[in-house]
Amino acid sequence: MSEHTKENKGPLLEVKNLETAFPIDGEYYNAVDDVSFTVDRGKIVGVVGESGCGKSVMSLSIMHLLPKGIGKIKGGQILLDGKDITNYNDKEMNKIRGKDISMIFQEPMTALNPVFTIGFQLEEVLFNHFKISKKEARQKSISLLRSVGISRSEDVVEEYPHQLSGGMRQRVMIAMAIACQPQLLIADEPTTALDVTVQAQILDLLKEVQSINDMAIVLITHDLGVVAEMCDDVIVMYAGEIVEKTSVEELFENPKHPYTEKLIDSIPKMGVKQDRLGSIPGIVPSLKNMPRVGCKFADRCPRAMPECTTITPLLGEVKDGHEVSCILYDESRPKERANA
Amino acid sequence: MLKYTLRRLLGMIPMLLLISIVVFSLAMFMPGDPLGGEIDPTNSDPEYIEEMREKLGYNDPIHVQYWTWVTNFVQGDFGKSTQYKVQVSELVKSRMLNTLFLGISSIVITYIFAFAMGMTAGRKAYSKLDHFIGGLNYFGLAVPNYIAGVVIIYFFSFKLGWIPFGGSHEIGLQPGTLEYWISRFHHVLAPAIVLGALSTASYTQFLRNDIIESSRKDFVRTARAKGTSESKIYNSHILRNSVIPLITFLGFDIVTIVNGAVITEAIFTYPGIGTLFLNSVNNRDYSVLMTLTMFFSLLVLIGNLVADLLYGIVDPRIRID
Ligand SMILES: Nc1ncnc2c1ncn2[C@@H]1O[C@H](COP(=O)(O)OP(=O)(O)OP(=O)(O)O)[C@@H](O)[C@H]1O
Ligand SMILES: [Mg+2]
Repeated sequence: MSEHTKENKGPLLEVKNLETAFPIDGEYYNAVDDVSFTVDRGKIVGVVGESGCGKSVMSLSIMHLLPKGIGKIKGGQILLDGKDITNYNDKEMNKIRGKDISMIFQEPMTALNPVFTIGFQLEEVLFNHFKISKKEARQKSISLLRSVGISRSEDVVEEYPHQLSGGMRQRVMIAMAIACQPQLLIADEPTTALDVTVQAQILDLLKEVQSINDMAIVLITHDLGVVAEMCDDVIVMYAGEIVEKTSVEELFENPKHPYTEKLIDSIPKMGVKQDRLGSIPGIVPSLKNMPRVGCKFADRCPRAMPECTTITPLLGEVKDGHEVSCILYDESRPKERANA
Repeated sequence: MLKYTLRRLLGMIPMLLLISIVVFSLAMFMPGDPLGGEIDPTNSDPEYIEEMREKLGYNDPIHVQYWTWVTNFVQGDFGKSTQYKVQVSELVKSRMLNTLFLGISSIVITYIFAFAMGMTAGRKAYSKLDHFIGGLNYFGLAVPNYIAGVVIIYFFSFKLGWIPFGGSHEIGLQPGTLEYWISRFHHVLAPAIVLGALSTASYTQFLRNDIIESSRKDFVRTARAKGTSESKIYNSHILRNSVIPLITFLGFDIVTIVNGAVITEAIFTYPGIGTLFLNSVNNRDYSVLMTLTMFFSLLVLIGNLVADLLYGIVDPRIRID
């Protein structure tokens, strides 16, 4: 259904040196700082990191959904299917949002408009992108709801969000996101606000719709357990930067960055899930207090060395397809790089 | 819904009884009595006066007087105006229609202006236009309606001659003709604007703030993520949410308008129940006063009921049953 053909052999999404900033007291501070990554067609890429490390800002930047007049893309490039969408205006974005690239959010309780029926909100995305009749749209939305596991879908289209549970609403959000069969879905912590049992169902559903539609997903989560189950590749973010980037297997077998190690350590064992990573002492520095030089994780790092506060590490490839940004590895040291 | 309405209406009965006791007592405690209007003023024979007092029931015990008044009242017999020498029901009916016309015009004007200005200001928040509308609103809030009324009459009637000085329509027009209605509208325009100024200003400001608040809500982001256009987001997604509280204000408007009508009608010498009320106070026309007071109280109760019912109708999250 999508206009985009598979002609373009490059990655589906390419983010290059993205910088997104917020003004604090008149000065702009980077919430996303020099982030680069790619997402291949049909793959699930996990983005992990603690609260406040810029995961949402990064995904909102890609969607051009940053709070209006506040957040600003300061630099870098976003390429979707080979097209540079970095400077797209609202009108241009509206042509692709919901159609080529969709997003679902953390809070299913507030993400739907309380005064419109589920059917109305679901059909809206269809009307935005296709010329179809009301009747067709209604049928399509009923079948979409059924495809996301809502059995009473004929009734649910007439209902209002407050009549549905959190899990049901997130299913509706997913139905909305896949209605136009986009190539890319950004899911920003889609299960954080849900009960544990419901979380598993929603993740299963995401996996299912992903394979049926052959779509790529950027899955943002706090939970490395989720990453292990769902993802092909992982990006670990800290304080607005990518600190490690590799495949899921490699990440768990061979974590390089001390922050990643800490994250893996803090996965609750014995099958007890917890949704927040609480066990790393300290917090992500606020935008204003971000160190300008050196590693931003240094003050919390168990393996910190004196150099860590003076040398700013760079993402370096320590192994095929495994990049890390920590001066424990020579590849991350700016100098060595320059010499190489 | 029907059951709820009936229940609420039934619940009003004890309330109204209580109010009627208060109204009756107040009338009793007020100085003088309306006897003066009922008897022949040239005849000051004490025997004649005593006879009339007896005849009109002024010598009955208080509770009997009260009971007579209440039973007559619920049967639609509000007594006779001592001032105009006609049945109060007759008097109130024609005045009521005028006030109703004024009230409805005022509400329509209020909502048209409030929506136009509130939506513009909310969407273009913190722009020059927003500040301009905000300024207008503070003006509307700060200037009392009797001053606004006088200023309007001075400029637009006296100086420019654009609007009539008073009355509800030109004399001698055939009711029901187009000219008649145009004339009525012409007469009602200025008082309606003045009467609605306060509400217009507060609704505009309310709508603006609500739109700004709603525009930051998650569901707006969801709509954007679907590719919904900016104007559709404002005119449908946000507005539909902000309209809910505004619509429910309609119930309170009934109260505001009845209260405001007293002063506004007096300034524009508009023959509605407001002027009637003031006249009756001045002339101690008790039967009219008591009727109007009961009437105002009933309107307040009904206004509140309307507000609650509207809430149930316009907000899907609230089910009334
Ligand atoms: N509207 C905003 N104005 C100012 N700063 C913001 C705004 N939104 C986010 N930030 C800042 O950007 C940084 C990254 O926030 P972001 O919401 O992307 O974190 P996150 O990784 O998504 O966290 P969480 O896991 O809690 O969702 C934080 O320091 C935050 O304070
Ligand atoms: Mg977030």
